[in-house]
Amino acid sequence: MSDTPNAGTYVAPKARSLFEPHRLFLMAVAAALLFCIAWFMRWDWLPRYQERLIYGIGQTLLMLFSTAIIGFLFAVPLGLVQVTGPKPLAWAARGFCTLIRGTPLLLQLWLLYYGLGSLFAQYPEIRSSFLWPYLRQAWPYGFAALMISFAAYEGEVMRGAFAGVPRGELEAARAYGMGRFTLFRRIWLPRAIHRALPTLTGETVLQLKSTPLVATVTVVDVYAIISRVRQETFLTYEPLLLLALIYLCLTGMLVYAFKLLENRIPTRGV
Amino acid sequence: MAETAQAIEVRDLFKRFGPLEVLKGVSLSAKQGDVIALIGGSGSGKSTFLRCINLLELPTAGQVSIHGETIEMKKDGRGGLMPANRRQVQRIRTKLGMVFQSFNLWQHMTVLQNVIEVPVHVLGQSRDEAIATAETLLRRVGLYEKRDAYPAFLSGGQQQRAAIARALAIQPLVMLFDEPTSALDPELVGEVLTVIGDLAREKRTMIIVTHEMAFARQVANHVVFLHGGHIEEQGSPEAIFENPQSERLKKFISSIH
Repeated sequence: MSDTPNAGTYVAPKARSLFEPHRLFLMAVAAALLFCIAWFMRWDWLPRYQERLIYGIGQTLLMLFSTAIIGFLFAVPLGLVQVTGPKPLAWAARGFCTLIRGTPLLLQLWLLYYGLGSLFAQYPEIRSSFLWPYLRQAWPYGFAALMISFAAYEGEVMRGAFAGVPRGELEAARAYGMGRFTLFRRIWLPRAIHRALPTLTGETVLQLKSTPLVATVTVVDVYAIISRVRQETFLTYEPLLLLALIYLCLTGMLVYAFKLLENRIPTRGV
Repeated sequence: MAETAQAIEVRDLFKRFGPLEVLKGVSLSAKQGDVIALIGGSGSGKSTFLRCINLLELPTAGQVSIHGETIEMKKDGRGGLMPANRRQVQRIRTKLGMVFQSFNLWQHMTVLQNVIEVPVHVLGQSRDEAIATAETLLRRVGLYEKRDAYPAFLSGGQQQRAAIARALAIQPLVMLFDEPTSALDPELVGEVLTVIGDLAREKRTMIIVTHEMAFARQVANHVVFLHGGHIEEQGSPEAIFENPQSERLKKFISSIH
């Protein structure tokens, strides 16, 4: 494949005008919809729950980022040992990924919370340990379930990403005397993450939308707050519409942030 | 000692891939300033031989010395050899500047980052020092303007010139070229050969595996013809190209022209 001399400069196509007929029409539809939602629906409960909603969004984001970041830290070795071996470790990692990916997240969460949680309570040693004040709460189980699930899915993604880094680039690093650890830190891992980023974007969005499951074990996230609103106001559509809007905004921001990260290293073609 | 020692001394190298014996006892030595061209048909073992010098392939038997220092090997228990001292291998590799057929630039780094990577993170140079050297080298290979471009945005010829700058940046004692122009479009071969030719003129020790016979004849002071894992014939470029002795070399040369 030969390249033109100026292949490095990308000229974006000209933006189209905002005021083309089909766009004006779509804008009118959106405005009408918004008006109907604001006018015919009840939103007077909103100021009363504002603080709790913000708290709930914070909890959701905390759940998302803590499980995604720590889950990813586990995913890297899970993916790596499947590529490099040794064999027993590779089998163990593959088994773990298959087990977690093959069962519903809700089931895992309940097994941890209702199963492990009540098991813990039967042992006086655990009840008297310094961990008990945490283990009697719900969030450690929610966190563990989401984190394990993310690690398993991303372990699989990272396996592919590690295996997909061209051998020649790793060979070049070895040929110039790079040690194994430097090679991993400077070449293999950043190259693999770069390759995996588009997939990781999607997986993180999915993770965001898995977080409401923790509300089923009494962790208070934004979903739990909205459920509370529904119970107390006897409204159905308004809180749910708001919840949809909140997740939509969070997703949009996530995707945008990942996009910025991806654009730090431009890629050509696909 | 370094004065009298050969830049590279390879003795009785054997390499076997399963049942296939690719190298059947190849010995070669290069003095400081030698430019050696390895030629031969495909499957003759010339690339494998080059890759055994910096242990990208582990030889089944044989010995490699760089500037009088022999790479320590031990038996791997499966009939082959493995490095006895990983640190020594890494240290020796930093003295061998390898250039690959498919460039193998690190795609997540700019050209400049590629060139300073090993000086900074392996040789422990300061960043500023490495950048200064890298910019001089990039000017030499005509890529100074492209220093902030990513490899994917460069032509094959530009990528290979960047790869040569990357290999030069470690200040190697010997440059190893593994078919540096085989993956290039014909019109891009010239720019890369010019750069390699310049290096040869300044008396850098180099071993070049190549299919470019005219180039081999022009820059090398010693040409080695490999066939079937043996050195079939070797000598000065004039002797090899004008007065080939063996039938195989005669056939090989006539098939090229």
